[in-house]
Amino acid sequence: MTHRIDQTFAARKAKGQAAFVAYMMAGDPDRTVSQAFLNALPEAGVDIIELGMPFTDPMADGPVIENAGIRARESGTTLTSILEMAAEFRKTNDTTPIIVMGYANPLHHMGYAKFTAAAKAAGVDGAIIVDLPPEEDSELRTAFETHDLALIRLATPTTDAERLPKVVAGTKGFVYYVSMTGITGASFAQAGSVTEQVTRVRAASNLPVVVGFGVKTPERAREVAKDADGVVVGTAIVKTLHEDGPDAALALIRTLAEAVHTPRGG
Amino acid sequence: MDNPTETNTAFPDENGRFGEFGGRYVAETLMPPILELEKAYEEAKADPTFQEELDYFLTHYVGRPSPLYFAERLTEDTGGAKIYFKRDELNHTGAHKINNCMGQLLLAKRMGKKRIIAETGAGQHGVATATVAARLGMECIVYMGAVDIVRQKPNVFRMRLLGAEVRAVHSGTATLKDAMNEALRDWVTNVGDTFYCIGTVAGPHPYPAMVRDFQAVIGREAKQQILEAEGRLPDAAVACIGGGSNAMGLFHEFVPHKEVRLIGVEAAGKGVKSGLHAASLTGGTPGILHGNRTYLLQDEHGQIADAHSISAGLDYPGIGPEHSYLHDIGRAEYVSATDDEALHWFQTCARLEGILPALEPSHALPRTVDLAKELGKDGLIIMNMCGRGDKDVFTIADALGEHISEGTEG
Repeated sequence: MTHRIDQTFAARKAKGQAAFVAYMMAGDPDRTVSQAFLNALPEAGVDIIELGMPFTDPMADGPVIENAGIRARESGTTLTSILEMAAEFRKTNDTTPIIVMGYANPLHHMGYAKFTAAAKAAGVDGAIIVDLPPEEDSELRTAFETHDLALIRLATPTTDAERLPKVVAGTKGFVYYVSMTGITGASFAQAGSVTEQVTRVRAASNLPVVVGFGVKTPERAREVAKDADGVVVGTAIVKTLHEDGPDAALALIRTLAEAVHTPRGG
Repeated sequence: MDNPTETNTAFPDENGRFGEFGGRYVAETLMPPILELEKAYEEAKADPTFQEELDYFLTHYVGRPSPLYFAERLTEDTGGAKIYFKRDELNHTGAHKINNCMGQLLLAKRMGKKRIIAETGAGQHGVATATVAARLGMECIVYMGAVDIVRQKPNVFRMRLLGAEVRAVHSGTATLKDAMNEALRDWVTNVGDTFYCIGTVAGPHPYPAMVRDFQAVIGREAKQQILEAEGRLPDAAVACIGGGSNAMGLFHEFVPHKEVRLIGVEAAGKGVKSGLHAASLTGGTPGILHGNRTYLLQDEHGQIADAHSISAGLDYPGIGPEHSYLHDIGRAEYVSATDDEALHWFQTCARLEGILPALEPSHALPRTVDLAKELGKDGLIIMNMCGRGDKDVFTIADALGEHISEGTEG
């Protein structure tokens, strides 16, 4: 529901803070570990959860998230099991937004209307579908609007001034700004360019601007949080969870959350 | 030579749709470059100097027109309709792929892009891209699945000799679809200076239409040649299909001529019922992959299934969206042939006609022969001999249990 998203940003904004958005791959390494990890995210400081949906051909992702997707699929993760995880999470948390993130084909195969109804029932708040640009998202967007779910669009460094208004016009909840041209998990964008670009996207939209791609460390997260309404970290979390386990990943998340939540005023 | 980009159907529409297929399913980062490419292509298509330059290279560098050859001994052996081969295997680099590469790289030059990337399965598109990039003085990077690198070693070496960098792709099934994922990742990363030369009639709009237009020279020549040789249009045009560029190239000119049957032959691998095949239309359902909505091999969860074929060039779980459209409206027929059939007809063609066909068109041979029997002696068929089989001799030797070289595993 968009109101959970709106309330989250409003609450952080009132404190002069950015929101911390954490990405995890649903079902990596298995349902049990993944569910426990999901449930632990809010307490570790996560404001908004991006719940990754695995796909065989993740053409916008780097090897860390692609491999997490392979592990998730091998452990039996499907759209249905992902929505079950969200529903389980909602039994104990009714405030933290869950945004599912992935590629169009599994949704298309289930049927956009069926997926939307199931996502709504599971307590999902929105979706980011990487390979549905504005030109191709009307069918899913219509279904989402009927159920008050947010279809969040991406703006990128290649989205020029002419195109930007069109991109932000149809988005709900927030605008996800991809801070560099590239795949998930690649190296940092230049610091200066994020300031400029966030200003550009915010000027075109009345929605919060969340910055993702290329944020891996607390230092970088703190820097991006000075400009953005929200900061996404994905690859670094997925990598730590895989290599060092849930406790280490949650420790990283606490550090990142603290960095993102550093008040801007001073 | 006539106009290589003239279209004779209304498709695709302005959104890149062939009916309900096609489209532009790409990350936002790639939307602006795709729109830029579409605009540049439309301008080039309307510019006579671009056409003249393309015609010059097709004539003097590629070696067009390719002959339309009466396969007399195959016809006699079959005892049915007259079978003609459109001999695109005689092109420079040994396949139809160069028709498209010539067009796309001249377009890249016109757009000021000097870094060329491509994906390849059998290696024919990679070799053709590397060749044209060398000729035009461009940097060339070819993504190729690690499995395909093993089974198509001669082409890997050819690409390197031509100055291209071949990057092995180990992710997923390490075949053509994964090479395409990796090329898309490269493009999304290096979007400013890079031109992605897609090798088949798939991908986001405008690729399916643009690649078709550059390949349509095959059908235009064939139509003129068959009218000269036989005084009439053929009863059928037959071609193998992976992504479907050689088939679209042959079919396009004949689409408006309803009396000409259009027959695409997909790779049935070990048999469509075995589940180990690459026949997207015969055994798949509509879905979204690599920028377009089309028929795909996928499981009940919408995950892409592995394709299987002895031919690396047909080993792809999707098919160009225009084929999906022609299939659904019933204008073209799609059938399949197994690995074993392809191997058998490869050898038969070699002995009867003195032509080593590539494994890809070897799939078209058994269905061409079936059709020749069905049509009888008054019938007339054109089959696209879209590539030569030199690249496949190691694979075929392995399949036949002969060892002609070390390191020919796979």
